[in-house]
Amino acid sequence: MSPEQIASHIPRLRRYARALVGDAHAADDLVQDTLERAINKRHLWRPGSDLRAWLFAIMHNVFVNQLRSRQAHPEEALDDDALPAVVPASGARLEIRDLETALAMLPAEQRAVVLLIGLEQLTYAEVSRTLGIPIGTVMSRLFRGRERLRALTTGAQILPTLKVVK
Amino acid sequence: MKFSENELHAYVDDRLEGDARRAVEAYLAQAPEDAARVAAYREQNAALRTLFDPVIEEPLPERLRSLKPSRHAARIGVAAAWLALGAAIGWFAHALLADRPYTWASFPRQAATAHAVYSPEVRHPVEVGAAEQEHLVSWLSKRLGMTLKAPVLTGEGYELVGGRLLPGEQGAVAQFMYQDAKGKRLTLYVSRLAGKQRDTAFRFSQEDKVAVFYWIDGSLGYALSGELPKPELLGVATTVYKQLNP
Repeated sequence: MSPEQIASHIPRLRRYARALVGDAHAADDLVQDTLERAINKRHLWRPGSDLRAWLFAIMHNVFVNQLRSRQAHPEEALDDDALPAVVPASGARLEIRDLETALAMLPAEQRAVVLLIGLEQLTYAEVSRTLGIPIGTVMSRLFRGRERLRALTTGAQILPTLKVVK
Repeated sequence: MKFSENELHAYVDDRLEGDARRAVEAYLAQAPEDAARVAAYREQNAALRTLFDPVIEEPLPERLRSLKPSRHAARIGVAAAWLALGAAIGWFAHALLADRPYTWASFPRQAATAHAVYSPEVRHPVEVGAAEQEHLVSWLSKRLGMTLKAPVLTGEGYELVGGRLLPGEQGAVAQFMYQDAKGKRLTLYVSRLAGKQRDTAFRFSQEDKVAVFYWIDGSLGYALSGELPKPELLGVATTVYKQLNP
């Protein structure tokens, strides 16, 4: 792995981190920690494998560790909490602003899956490997995350039972 | 025929081809509820890219261009790799660095601090009261060098108390204070930002007990602070934003 190879992935790592943690400064902290860990562990990277997926996997581990060490943090809900009040959107610009806020209200595990698939366009199998979770779990987090986002941004009723079909 | 969630999401993410894709399309044509849901999910994907793709173009901050090996890596090879990586990133970032935007990481904290200092004041919460609103707004506008507006939050249950002028990192800052019937206070912190700014979406920060929604609009940075739940504060912030962008 050459340093140029890692450097070329930084803008996309930043995009994902920004969407994942919301705050620009905290997002860059996450990117910085990820890059440090990647370079420290670069002997673990298998040449020929997908470097980007490897970097996302490292970022995910760093992120989860941060969440755990900050469990008292009021901002991050790891589990499904009660749905916050819904603020309906009006006008395209506000709608996008609302999406960002709604995203912040998703449990972190759902947010990660929705972003890796919807924003970073990883395949379901890549997300499964990146997050180290079974594909059925990827799908159920995706279903619940998208449905909750829809409820938050449109005021729609959330669908009560979205089952994963094996 | 009814399709599984797996298939509908695969369709949303353009992972179906040929017959499988056409079969889902045919199904959605006669299933309006699922069709609306699928359309909403596709819009989410598009909106996520609209929101966050600009991050790719942002200049890299200094700390991501000149990284040092972490404490755990004392190996010589690692240090050498980092020097090379720094050079590579520096080269990579060079083209993006033309106009560095204001890094406003401390903005919500400043707003929350100003809120925490002035909102408990009983006798002197503001310098100029709402009774002299016209004077208040023209005075603060003159000091910031921008035409300001004090949003009307009566619909949200808050009345203007007044405002004051504060020192900020980038010069004069205006603070408008509002109060509801129970005496609960909100403050709107408005700072003029130097240089060319890009409008941002609402961002949220919890500063101890004070919740803050903040955003950039034109050349002004806004922060709405209050000790109230996030969704409630978001409602007020949305009203403020709409009034400032009629």
